[in-house]
Amino acid sequence: MSGEKLVLVEFMSFKLECDKANHICDKNQYKEATFREKVRLIFHLIYCRACRKYTARNNKLTKLIKTPDVKTVSAEDKSILKERLQKETTE
Amino acid sequence: MPINLLNPNLWVDKYSDYLYNYTIVRVNNHEIAQDLISETFLAGLKSKDNFKGEATERTWLISILKRKIIDHYRKINSNKGKAEIRVTYSDGESEGDWLEERISDPYDKTAEDTMENEELGMAIFGCLEGLAEKQAAIFRKKTIDGIDTETICNEYNITPSNLWVIIHRARKAMADCLEKSWF
Repeated sequence: MSGEKLVLVEFMSFKLECDKANHICDKNQYKEATFREKVRLIFHLIYCRACRKYTARNNKLTKLIKTPDVKTVSAEDKSILKERLQKETTE
Repeated sequence: MPINLLNPNLWVDKYSDYLYNYTIVRVNNHEIAQDLISETFLAGLKSKDNFKGEATERTWLISILKRKIIDHYRKINSNKGKAEIRVTYSDGESEGDWLEERISDPYDKTAEDTMENEELGMAIFGCLEGLAEKQAAIFRKKTIDGIDTETICNEYNITPSNLWVIIHRARKAMADCLEKSWF
């Protein structure tokens, strides 16, 4: 009897609300989720369709941004650009 | 139709990534791309009185940049003493008379790959512009520049949970936006 209760209590503490699951999913995109969190997320995803969808989209977004063909202008280059522009405006 | 205004002080922060992604696939050289963008901003500044406010700032800058890229190819072409080749073309997005305008980069990719990737870079930065300023800045720092949570929190004087809420909203908005233009 008490054994069953214990399992139930453990399960409740292990179970995730959707907003928490999404938070873990966000963290996971930056490799900042702990192992325990990842396991909890996976269990949540088994039965939660909405979160599965969110996770899939989130993963896709991360993958897209990581594509090496997405180029950015470095901070130094931006300040060079700004300087040139500044010079022109003051002249 | 709302009148669009120019705000040159914000150009570099707002559009340089977008313009860079547009340029780099066309000239395939970092230095040249950088110069062309710089020239574009300067040209924009010089002729800002001609801006009628009918297009958005970004569209206007891209149209200047297009001219600059064409000029660039004209110039290196005449340096080599080659003849220009005239072909009249027109498709959905662009039209013109010179083969030089259509030079693709000689990478070992297919033309299709190049086109897709060019659109991706621009789609991402285009969507980023649609976000609220602070949201976009934080999302950029965290996701693209890979700065860690603590540093960003200190810079903006926010708590980590604030940060994660902002990131969450930004990711949602980005996914929505990219779903329309890219996914």
